[in-house]
Amino acid sequence: MTYVIDRTAAESYVLEDRSRLRKWLHDTGAVFTREILVVLHDPFTLIFSLLQPLVFLALFGPLLDGMLGAGGIGGDTALQWFLPGVLVMIAIFGTGMVGGNLLYELMTGAYERILATPLDRSSILVGRALKEFAPLVGQALLITVAAIPFGLAFYPIQVLVGLLILGIFGIGLGALSYALGLAAKGREWLFWGVQQSVIFPLLLLAGMMLPLDSGPAWMQAAAKVNPLTYIVDAERALFTGTLWDSDVAWGFVAAFATCAVGLWVGIRTVNRTV
Amino acid sequence: MPLRVLFVQRTVKSVTESVHRTGNAIRARGLTKTFRRRKETVEAVKGIDLDVAQGELVAILGPNGAGKSTTIRMLTSVLTPTSGTAEVAGRDVVREPAAVRARIGYVGQGNAGGYSYRVGDELRNQARFYSVPGDVAKRRAADLLEALELTGLEKRTVQSLSGGQRRRLDVAMGLMNHPRLLFLDEPTTGLDPHARANLWEHVLRLREENGMTLLLTTHYLDEADAMAERIVLIDHGTVIADAAPEVLERDYADDVVTVELAAGQSPATARSVLPSAVVSVTESVTGTGAVRLALSTRNGPELVPPLMRALDAAGVSVTSTDVKPASLDDVFLNLTGRSLREEAA
Repeated sequence: MTYVIDRTAAESYVLEDRSRLRKWLHDTGAVFTREILVVLHDPFTLIFSLLQPLVFLALFGPLLDGMLGAGGIGGDTALQWFLPGVLVMIAIFGTGMVGGNLLYELMTGAYERILATPLDRSSILVGRALKEFAPLVGQALLITVAAIPFGLAFYPIQVLVGLLILGIFGIGLGALSYALGLAAKGREWLFWGVQQSVIFPLLLLAGMMLPLDSGPAWMQAAAKVNPLTYIVDAERALFTGTLWDSDVAWGFVAAFATCAVGLWVGIRTVNRTV
Repeated sequence: MPLRVLFVQRTVKSVTESVHRTGNAIRARGLTKTFRRRKETVEAVKGIDLDVAQGELVAILGPNGAGKSTTIRMLTSVLTPTSGTAEVAGRDVVREPAAVRARIGYVGQGNAGGYSYRVGDELRNQARFYSVPGDVAKRRAADLLEALELTGLEKRTVQSLSGGQRRRLDVAMGLMNHPRLLFLDEPTTGLDPHARANLWEHVLRLREENGMTLLLTTHYLDEADAMAERIVLIDHGTVIADAAPEVLERDYADDVVTVELAAGQSPATARSVLPSAVVSVTESVTGTGAVRLALSTRNGPELVPPLMRALDAAGVSVTSTDVKPASLDDVFLNLTGRSLREEAA
């Protein structure tokens, strides 16, 4: 029953001399661990999240086969064209949810407790975004492997580079979603309303579901300023086995830009909101 | 029964007063916080000075909206002050927030544990947030679960706990980094009397065993009166009084001695022989027609013997007497003209 703190032992581990980077990595890992444990304890969510992309692929893929070669769908098979789009979509839906998961914690007090700990502010954002991104790695490998019997050529190195681009982009989008969650504190409908009305136009204007080449000029112009377009193009290039390509380079540029803007907005919002 | 437990705790004070005190745990000067909501500007805190010595137990008492939580949030570096300075655990809250956070424990108004997370996980997560190594965290979590009577609940989700258990978990989480200074923001609000008494028992024991400094906020008068060595009374974002509860009650409010005169006795005669310690008299007539005199005085119990002798000597007979000691509510009422009881309700 008695609980006596041993003051002779090293008391505060936070105060140890560590490089900023080491502390940041530790903090990000700590936030990520907290979130991922909930997923791991709940196998149903895990199974469903893995099955979801397979369902998309099974229901969409056959429709695209008929359009092969027409209207800008390149690649050897429709699958090769469509699969990268599905991955980008899952990444966006996942990391776009970060703020939604936060809304509840803002209400109950868990968020305030996290703010009162010495965690690095950007680690709080990045750790949470990585948690939404982690299942994607599993999902990506699963559908890529599942698609091989249907004629998909598998380029492991290119797929990994593709995941890296998605991860960088996802951290930025997650941080933006987090900032939106904080701004919508106490008004959940606002978060979901804004989130949905931003994500769907972005998806469609990136040529993710259907190619934009046959679309009107204004849509093509809009696609040019949509960072997601460059991500999708990079993924398509990578999934067809290209690695050293300007599309891939532009994908990295778009991903890093989104990441930088997202973290900047996110950290500012964290520091301003309690 | 629960209330008795609450009041018995008062004896703990004398024990902890012997705790060696060096330096200030908290030193705040001119703290202010202004919020801007839409186009409105709200001055939540308008300049608070506060010193808390090592080992002290101080309660910030005040009505809802007085600025209690905002003050605590600034001291824990969760909120940045609009102006003013605060040194907490030897560090400046604005310049070195991370150093302050590492050295203090904070139990906020809400629940620390995420509702869909597991109890055991959250304790170890909290340790990770303070960079406590895994093996140490495991031991601390087990010890704190035991000390706060939560053993066996590790695999349960926070959501499935009772209100009292959840609050005890909050305290356990606030102690995972072994702070010397613990902040508790309305720790017992919303708990039933039994759970309140139980939480206090744990908090005060942990404090006594570890010589922790405690700064808490409450709007429960009985709690502040029974637990705190010192009360900082705040209203509209400023400190209106700061002293031990006994001192506040002595300096800012009077005890009231009520005497009921027997039928046919002259109130005028009675009033003419009152001892000089009586500050003021209020006369009233009860439903049965008896005359009652309410006498305000510094020290009620000490007034009764001379009062009885004086009335006896004047031939005035009395059917009953009653002594109501000054309360913190009287203190607040005298200082602000409003009752804290009504405000808290």
